[in-house]
Amino acid sequence: MRTLIFRTVAPYIASLMLLFSIFVLLRGHNDPGGGFIGGLIGASGLAIYGLACGVATVRRAIRVHPMSIAGIGLILAALAGILSLPAGVPFMTGLWVYPTILGSEAALSTPMLFDIGVYCVVMGAITSIALCLEEYDGD
Amino acid sequence: MATPDHAATAVDLTAALVAAPIPAADWLVILPVLIPMVAGAIGLVTRWRSGLQWHLALGALSLTLVVDVMLLIRVATEGPIVMAMGRWLPPFGISFTADALGATFAVTAAVVALVATFYARDSFNVSERRYGIFPFLLLLMAGVSGAFLTGDLFNLYVWFEVLLISSFGMLVMGSEKAQIDGTIKYAFLNLVATTLFLIAIGLLYGVLGTLNMADIVGAAQRAPSSAPLIAIACLFFFAFAMKAGAFPVNAWLPASYHTPRIVVSALFAGLLTKVGVYALLRVLVMLLPRQADAFSGLVAVIAALTMVLGALGALAQSDFRRMLGYLIISGIGSMLVGVALATEAALTGAIVYAVHSMLTMTALYLIAGVMAARVDGSFDLRRLGGLYGASPLLAGLFLVLGLSVAGLPPFSGFWPKLVLVDASLAAGSRMLAFAILATGFLTTLAVGRVWLYAFWRGGPEGTADGTRTVLGPAGDTAAADRRGTALLLPVLVLAAAIVGLGLWPAPLYDFAGVAARGLIDPTAYIGAVFGGLQ
Repeated sequence: MRTLIFRTVAPYIASLMLLFSIFVLLRGHNDPGGGFIGGLIGASGLAIYGLACGVATVRRAIRVHPMSIAGIGLILAALAGILSLPAGVPFMTGLWVYPTILGSEAALSTPMLFDIGVYCVVMGAITSIALCLEEYDGD
Repeated sequence: MATPDHAATAVDLTAALVAAPIPAADWLVILPVLIPMVAGAIGLVTRWRSGLQWHLALGALSLTLVVDVMLLIRVATEGPIVMAMGRWLPPFGISFTADALGATFAVTAAVVALVATFYARDSFNVSERRYGIFPFLLLLMAGVSGAFLTGDLFNLYVWFEVLLISSFGMLVMGSEKAQIDGTIKYAFLNLVATTLFLIAIGLLYGVLGTLNMADIVGAAQRAPSSAPLIAIACLFFFAFAMKAGAFPVNAWLPASYHTPRIVVSALFAGLLTKVGVYALLRVLVMLLPRQADAFSGLVAVIAALTMVLGALGALAQSDFRRMLGYLIISGIGSMLVGVALATEAALTGAIVYAVHSMLTMTALYLIAGVMAARVDGSFDLRRLGGLYGASPLLAGLFLVLGLSVAGLPPFSGFWPKLVLVDASLAAGSRMLAFAILATGFLTTLAVGRVWLYAFWRGGPEGTADGTRTVLGPAGDTAAADRRGTALLLPVLVLAAAIVGLGLWPAPLYDFAGVAARGLIDPTAYIGAVFGGLQ
């Protein structure tokens, strides 16, 4: 797998896929997409990077252990539910705010926070599995 | 792909949403799931701080127990409590619903998990803690609590998955041949059961158009007689019986429960099969009672066979841990009597038996760990011996637990068996009454065998009468003695609960009676889901 062509383009493909995964994540509330599929795309990006440049490179590049990303995701998803407590509504109720950021209105919500949590859980867990499998593959 | 303006898409949803503000006390319904889940996530992030893991788990589970007890008290005073997730009114939103049955199971599960965690302080080395054994434990507990408290059938499936995945992680830890072998059997057969459960859910949704438990009760009564509800109830029974470890689909339990660390076995013994029993009670007795009645004769036969064959299996084993696996199965048979007869008395007995079994089986696995640590770490009955002389306290505790699991007074196992025998005779099923009594006898023999070998005999197999040789653990015996005594503390707590429930059974009985009546006549449950929220 480690041909020169693959090694040269893999970083670009991986970064494009990560960017695309965030795009898919954020459009998820109103259009097809969302945290789960976004996380899968992100994890495949990292897996491709690992195939081309080695697992150690990926581990260095993401700095934290992938399972920690999954743990942070789980915390974010739970936080999206807990925010209902001060608002006096049942667990997991969607709460929206519309702040104006840089002149344009942004719709921020707890469903989005939950989706980001799902994204992190899926990306962390799948990346963790993929990197383990690649490590055993005579790396 | 223009992002629609939020104002333009706004639909009037007020009719579909919970209008009244939610009192903070209603959060008690969701907190037993939320606390272990968040703590598990924190544990996952801080895995490299291996010293922190145990404290985190212990703190989170203590908090869970406190919340569970508060929930139980509220359920006891006010009846079922409901919280509609995401503010969507049932039957569309998932309504977490705590009734007497769910709260009883949740409290007992929290006690068992907390005690086992306390025992686990020195059970895992640094690399095993970094592997994430405590986050797995916490997520398992989140799944178990969720299963007991959810009011939605598909959500129940989700919690089953959560606890199953976590249990895989705990089973496979160590990755030795025996553990992988046990995990594969456990994983495969449990996935088959889960898939059947999912298929049954799909069919039920296709027939009734709802998965909210409170809604299913009415929908099943109104369903036309041509609806294939009996077949669906059979599928549910098959799937949950497999989870619970009922004969003949219990091969996974004795094949896997003896492979992991003893404290993991103890947790599984206390929690996992009982989730299957809970699901059986909930689905067959509360949701589809008339349909389940059509094959209650079959359930009775399976209950009797599970009991007797479990006890016989326990007699046949020479490994202490394998024997305990068969004792779990035998206890499941007693709980199935409640499902088979579905009378108030039988259900009360089954619920009390479940509480007793969770406490006793966990305690037995933990004491097995202490006993093995006293000799050379072996669970082989042929190698145990001389423990009476080594530790009279250990011997006394084992006697309490052994007599309790056999169903002898004055311990917690006696009363539910008495009630179940009585209920079987009242329902005209002498076969079940005889099976329960025969099982008690066989279990006494099985436990007596361990007592004879491990405590009365002077040493391992081959020791001459009147002599004493204990296979001591390698190294400093005084330190091993201290460690063994420290490990006895959790067992002592459980044994105290077992004696307490044996001597003073009335409060548990009364509450289990409330739970049983709630299963037979779920009006209060349905009223809480649909009435309290408008």
